[in-house]
Order: sequence, then structure tokens, then C-alpha cells
Amino acid sequence: MIIELLLAFCLIGAVVVFVLPDEYAPVGALTASLFPLVTSFVMWFGFDGSGNAFLEGGQLAYETMVQWISLGPYAINWHVGVDGISMPLVVLATVLTTLAILTAWTPIDERRSQFYGLMLLLEAGLLGVFVALDFFAWLVFWEVVLVPMYMLIGVWGGPRRKYAAVKFFVYTNLATLVMFLGFMALVFGLGDSVSTLDMPAITQAIRAGELGSLAGIAPGTIKSVAFVAMFAGFAVKVPIVPVHTWLPDAHVEAPTPASVMLAGALLKMGTYALLRFNFTMLPDVAADFAPFIALLAVVSVIYGAMLALAQQDLKRIVAYSSISSMGFVILGLVAYTEYGLGGATFQMLSHGLLSGLLFACVGVIYNTTHTRMVGDMSGLADRMPVTTGMFVAGSFGYMGLPFMAGFMGEYFIFQGSFAADFAGSMVFTAVAMFGIVIVAGYFLYAMQRTLFGEYRLETDYTVGRAAVHDIVPLAVLVVLVIVLGTAPNIFFDMITDAVGPMLGGGL
Amino acid sequence: MAPLPDWTAAAPAILLGLTAIALLIIDSISPRSKNRNLLAGTTLVGTLAALAAAVGLLVTGTGTNGGVAIYGGQIVVDGMSLFFTIIFTSVAALVTLASYDYLAGETEQAEYYALVMLATTGMAMMASAGSLALVFVSFELLSLPSYALVAFLKDNRGSVEASLKYLLVGALSSAILLYGISLIYGVTGGLSFETIAANIQNSGLTGMLGIGVLMVLGGFAFKTASVPFHFWAPEAYEGAPGPISAFLSSASKAAGFVVAFRVFTVAFGLDIVSSVDWVLAFQVLAIVTMTLGNFAAATQDNVKRMLAYSSVGQAGYVLIGLAALGGGQDALVLGMSMTHLLVYGFMNTGAFLFIALAEHWDIGRTFADYNGLGSQAPIACAAMSVFMLSLAGIPLGGGFLSKYFLFGAAVGAGFWWLAAIAIVNSVLSLYYYLRVVRAMWFEESNGDRTIEGYPLGLYTAVIAAAVVTVLLIPAFNFVADPAVDAAAALF
Repeated sequence: MIIELLLAFCLIGAVVVFVLPDEYAPVGALTASLFPLVTSFVMWFGFDGSGNAFLEGGQLAYETMVQWISLGPYAINWHVGVDGISMPLVVLATVLTTLAILTAWTPIDERRSQFYGLMLLLEAGLLGVFVALDFFAWLVFWEVVLVPMYMLIGVWGGPRRKYAAVKFFVYTNLATLVMFLGFMALVFGLGDSVSTLDMPAITQAIRAGELGSLAGIAPGTIKSVAFVAMFAGFAVKVPIVPVHTWLPDAHVEAPTPASVMLAGALLKMGTYALLRFNFTMLPDVAADFAPFIALLAVVSVIYGAMLALAQQDLKRIVAYSSISSMGFVILGLVAYTEYGLGGATFQMLSHGLLSGLLFACVGVIYNTTHTRMVGDMSGLADRMPVTTGMFVAGSFGYMGLPFMAGFMGEYFIFQGSFAADFAGSMVFTAVAMFGIVIVAGYFLYAMQRTLFGEYRLETDYTVGRAAVHDIVPLAVLVVLVIVLGTAPNIFFDMITDAVGPMLGGGL
Repeated sequence: MAPLPDWTAAAPAILLGLTAIALLIIDSISPRSKNRNLLAGTTLVGTLAALAAAVGLLVTGTGTNGGVAIYGGQIVVDGMSLFFTIIFTSVAALVTLASYDYLAGETEQAEYYALVMLATTGMAMMASAGSLALVFVSFELLSLPSYALVAFLKDNRGSVEASLKYLLVGALSSAILLYGISLIYGVTGGLSFETIAANIQNSGLTGMLGIGVLMVLGGFAFKTASVPFHFWAPEAYEGAPGPISAFLSSASKAAGFVVAFRVFTVAFGLDIVSSVDWVLAFQVLAIVTMTLGNFAAATQDNVKRMLAYSSVGQAGYVLIGLAALGGGQDALVLGMSMTHLLVYGFMNTGAFLFIALAEHWDIGRTFADYNGLGSQAPIACAAMSVFMLSLAGIPLGGGFLSKYFLFGAAVGAGFWWLAAIAIVNSVLSLYYYLRVVRAMWFEESNGDRTIEGYPLGLYTAVIAAAVVTVLLIPAFNFVADPAVDAAAALF
């Protein structure tokens, strides 16, 4: 029942905060977000799942399965549970929500109760995606995430917010439809052998080779087509080049807390789904397409980094860097080795924290200076030493400095993908590794011009230290990044327990 | 306890009729009363009693085993009729609640409520009709009060004009329906569905039967606002008082569907009538209706007209229930159409009532007039957003589930192309539903609009509809199961 409790806390919190008067909304939202946060930590400490929830023999933690809807040949169950892949992401989502709510205190000054209500609704959707094991419930949560994010961008965003919000909604909703058709092809192809939309059951049936032909199309073709449709759908969410164009728009226009959630947690839905659907259900097709996917991953890494290098807007730099970092995750997934899969999952976590940290930093800088243009400012370190420190820490994490989370994630991924089976894996890995150099390049370049050197600011605002409540989320994130970097095992063990079975054995 | 006499199965319709009579008695004791509490209260109590009776009958199993046939088979109370009576009475309760504020200061309140109750009685009778004669009588019992209700704002030209248009189209389609009924009587020599079904095979008059069936279909197309008898709908919905638009577009439409479901499955069942391919007719009707409704809705600037056209589009989805018969999943497809009508009853009524609320606040009717409303009336706008997204098929309300299962059942029955067209339409509809959401939340308010207080009844009705729409997600099985059972009983 603890998972239901977790979701209920978010939903009830969302409703309560929505109807609170504006002046109590921030405190109310922070309080409301502590309930799911504490619940997720309770879940984490009591976690004793092992194996992969989708594969036979996987032991789930906190599993619930009750009949929900059963109509004719269709049965839908309320099936939730967590394994070593979803548990870290659940913790990530609750931690980021609480911190994002803190970062909202300064920039959000109108219609506060609505803003915070939507943040909590967003949290409910995210958590639901990570815990649902029935496709239908999963899809409901997947779509529910879109609505609050659409509103957060469209109402509280920057000058081009309406354009960005609509673009976000249309892109991701269309992607869902494509993915949905792909998955449904698999379900119909399975015919009578699976009578529910239970994702583990479907996965096991597909892997056991029970997929039949559909309307005269051979099972192999169905698999390939379904794989491509699902991959295309999830690729938009990740996002992978060339379907990434909604991301910079959405990020630049979104208010800081929404950016934190978008980069920190929402993008993980895409890679999580890729891992659960494409790579767990159809590993053989994934292996066939591996060089092509690896190419897309490497292009995302390099192209994303190059785009970041060319930006003048601090927020855009961070936004494009996400494309790069998520490219590493895809590379880890496609490697399909212990370290690759585990590293990819770990990188989701680490990128969630790091991108959240950097977006929050940019938000603090923007609140103080009212500009994000690299050319408009320099030498901020003199006036905002703490924020500068955090920004530097976050950038170093991104560059893969040892003892920070980013290093561990990337190290695992490279370790895994270098040893991968598919043709040219070494070349792909080598090229992707070069991406880190570009990442280091644009972060150092951006820091050099904005933070260091002589103080100069081309706006009329006086720049001083940020408020304590602005700094707290940054500090917490930096601490978490370092903790994960020095002791990756607090999550890496449970992750490898869960990804190991995908390869037919443990680590 | 001794079993209740059979006639008690008609309790919901009887209660509704008695409420109408009670209202007329109140009016004759104290004419032109403005005592809103008494009039609305009586109506609400009567409606809720009928709702409770229908739920009670359904839960206690009156509808099972082919139902209860009373008055010589003229009235058949089964699962389907009770299910639809629940839809009608729920919508009527919401509309009554909303009318409480809408009618403040009007002098003909008793007449208004009595007409609503009479129309609801007509709907309940339509749902239970066992013969074409009763179908026609209850059809008129629903239609005549509706014409008067649309014209209720008699100082408003739009309202009167809309009513006239509605009346003319209605009279024409009544005539067509009646002519169709007479042709069928001529072919089969009976009016009750049983007799028709029994005699239809022996008759050699296929051509006449075909014309009769198509004419009956035309009569239902009018009531359900399906193409080609849809063009009264936007005018009537726009001109009518807000709560009445909600009433017509949700309950009255469902009433048209229930008769269509029953007539075409019981009297002209697929296994009985092989000579007339009415399934094909419904396929054409479904596709044209949903496509035309959605495209017309997308080009509107007036929110109420947009909703009117979108409800034409929604009728197209429901028609899938008849268009996808014969694919081996008849009960499921039809049951899902019924479920979609129930969900639609709440989300669409809520949306129209929100517009009534906006009218109450003297906000205009175009999208631009809704700009920035979200910051002034956040809770009502949140409810409206739920309605819009649910209608579009985003899982914030039960509309997602009912559409998903409706389309899924069509695919399962082998009509994947029908489902594909419906999905494309559904995606298109997102465009104009989101326009409302965008206007309310994203745009800046343009000017000096003030929200003076929240009218209690109207506000409660909107919120209640939104809560039910959301709760229909977890509780979907509770409504979908009886619907499928009821549909299965017809085959």
C-alpha cells in the first residue's frame, strides 16, 4: 500500500495547495512535498527487491496487484511495484520536487497556489510512470505528466511561452501516439497468450517467443516495426537528435522550477521507457539496430555539445547539454552489457541531479541579474560567491570530474559500451568520449566569461548574495552529487541487481 | 418480503412524471411564484428520487434476465433502460442545480422545471420503450418541451430563432420517423419490437422495409444530432439558456441513442434482417458525423458553438457502437458506446454549465472573452480544463478510458479503420479543446472584468460534474460492467 500512499500524498497535496490562498502556497507546497519525500525514503530504506520487475524471477518491492477493469477480452489491473531500476528514480523525483518547490519561492510571484498545485500533480504523474507495471495505468500517468508541464510553461514561462508550451504538448503527445501504436501491435500480435496489459507478463511472453503473426505480417516484422515506433515515441521524450527541437524552446521559456523538473525528472521518463520497453521486451531487435541507435546516441552527444558551445543564453547552454548527457544514457542502453545498462540507469540519476542543479543555478543568477546572456555579465563570482561555487561544482560534475556523480555514470557507460558486442562499438565509444571534451569546453568557456574576470553587468540591478532559500536547494544537490560520486554503491548495487537478469545473469 | 408488483419497475419514469405534475400543482396554487427554493428543491428531490430508484433497480437485479415487461410489453425495463435512466436523471439533477441561479428573477420558473421534468420523463420512457408506438409518443414527449425550453428566453431573438429552427427540423424529422414507423408496420403488421422481429423474416417486402428502416434511422439522427440532421444543434445550443444547452446536448442526445440501440438490435437485429445493411449506413453516418463535427468545431470563434459542433463529433464516436456490430464483440462495442455516453453526460454537461456560469458573470462567448479567466476563477477554470481535456481524451477524466475502450473494442471487432479515423479525429479535437484551456490560463485578461460572487447552484453543479468526471477513472469498472451486461442482454 505504500506506493498508493505515495501517489495519494501527491494528489491530495496538489488539491489542497491548489485551493490554498496564495500567501500560504509556498509553505503549504513545501510541507505537502515532504510527505511523498519521506515516504519514498521509507520505501528506499525498506527496499528488498531484487531482479528485474519485467523478467521472470524478478522480486518486486511493495507490489500491489488488484483487478481494476475487466471488459470482455480486456483486463486491466492496478499493478504497481518497484525494482532496482525504478526505486532510484522514485527517490530522484521526490527529492527534485521538494527542491524545485524551494527554487520557486523567489521567481514565482503570481498565481502561486496554482503553480504549486501543478508541481505536485506533476510529481504524481512522474512517480506513477516509474511505479506502474500495467501498461494502461502507466499510459495514464505518462499522459498526466504532460498537462501540468504544459500549464507550467504556458502560464509562468518567458516571453515565447505559448509557442513553447504548444510545441512541447504537440511533440510529446504525438510521440505518445506513435509509441502507443507500436506497443499495441505487440499486444495484438500476442493474441490470446496474454489477456492483460500487464507489462511484465507481456515482456515475458514476447521473450518466450509467443508473438504470432498479425494480419499476415510475420512476427519478426511486427517486432521491428513495433521497436521502431516505440523508439521514435520515446526518443522525442529523451530527446534524441533530430527530434530534440522542442527541448531548448521548452527549457528556455519554462520557469526555473519547471526546468528543474523537466530536465531532472521528465526526460528520464523517455530513457526509463526505452529501457523497459525497447531494450527489455525486444532485446534481439535492439541488438539488430544497435549500430544505428549508437550512431544516433553519438550524434546526440556531439551535436548537442556543439550546439551548447554556440549558445549565448546560459539556460540554453544547460538545455543543450542535456541532449548531450542523455545521449550517453542511450549509448549505455544500446551497449547492453552489465556496465552499460547499469551505467545508463545511474547516469539518469546523476543527470537528474546535475541538470537540476545547473538549472537552479541559472535561475538564481537570473533572479539576481535579470539576464541570462553570457555577453551581458562577467565576474559574478565577486558578488555571488556561493552561487558561483555551486555553478562551478555543477559544471565540474557535468564534465565528469572524479568523485562526482557524472563521472561515475559516464565511467560505467564507457566501460560498458567499449565492451559491447555490436559492430563498431569501440569507435562509437571513442567518439562519444570526445564529447566530454566539448562539454568541458563550453562549460569552462561559459564560466570564464560569466563568473570570473572583472565584474560587469549590463542591467540596472544591484547584484548581491542570493537568499538562503535559493541557496539551500543548490547546496543539497551539490551534496547529493558528491555523495553519489563517492559512494555510487548506495544505488548502483540495486541497479545492477535489476539490470543483470536482462543479460541472463547477475554482474 | 413479498416481491414488488411489476409496475414498480417503471418507478423512475413515474417519479419523474409525478414531479412534473407536482410542479404544475404548485404553480396553480401560487402562480408565477419566484420561490426558487421550493421549485428547484421539488425538482431536485424528484430527480434524485428517480435516480435512486434507477440505481436501486439496477443493483437489485431488476434488469437481468431480459428485464421486466409491463403494460403488455409496451414498456421493457432492463439493464439498458436503467443505465440510461441513470444518465438522464444525473444530467437532469445537474441541470436543475444549475438552473437555480440561472432563473433568478424569472417568472415562469415552475413551467421551466415542469418542462424539464416532462422531457426527462420522455427520455426515461424512450429508454424503456418496447414498441415503436411508445417510441414515437415518448419521442414527442421529449421534443415538445425541448422546443419550449430553447425559446425560454423569449425576449432574446437568438433564443426564439433557435427554437423555431429546432421546431421546424424537429417536426420534419418526426414526420419522417412516423412515416418510417408506418412503413415498418405495413411490412410486419406489428409495432412492438418482438412482433417486428418475429414477422420481418417472412415478409418479402424488402424494399419497403429498407426505406422504413432508413427513415427511422433519420429520426434518430435528428435526436442524436448526427449528420445530416445535425444543423439545428449549434443554433439551438447557442440560443438556448445555458443549462438547457447542457440538457439537450447530453441527455437528449443519449435518449436518441438508447432508442437507436434498442430498435436496431432488438427489432432489426443483424441476425434477423439480412436484407437491409444498416450497419453500413451507421458506418457512413459515424465517419461523416465525427469528421464534420470536428472540422466545424475547429473553425469556431464562439466557445458555445465550438462545444455544440464538438458534441456532434462526439455523437460520431458513439455511433461506432452501432457501426461496429457484427464483428463478434457486439456486447462490448455497444456497452462501450453506452459507457462513453455516461461519461460524456458528465463532462459535456459540465462544460455547458461552465459556459452558463460565464454567461452569469456576463463574460462574452468568444475564446478571447475567456482570456485570463484562470487567474480570476481558478477552481471553476480547473473544472473546465478537466472537461476539455477529458473530452479530448487526455486522462484527466473518464473520457480517456471510455474512448480508449470504445476504439479498442472497434479494433477488436475488426473495424480497425473505423477506430483509426476516430483516433485521427480525436487528435484533431485536441486542438480546439486546448484553445479553451489556453485562453483561460495562458492569455492575459483583457480589461475590466470582475467576478461578482459565485452562484451557489451553478458553481456546485460544475464542480460536482468535474469531480464525477475525474472519479470515473478509478471507478470505471463500476459503470462499464453494467453497461456491457445490459448490452449483452440485447443479443
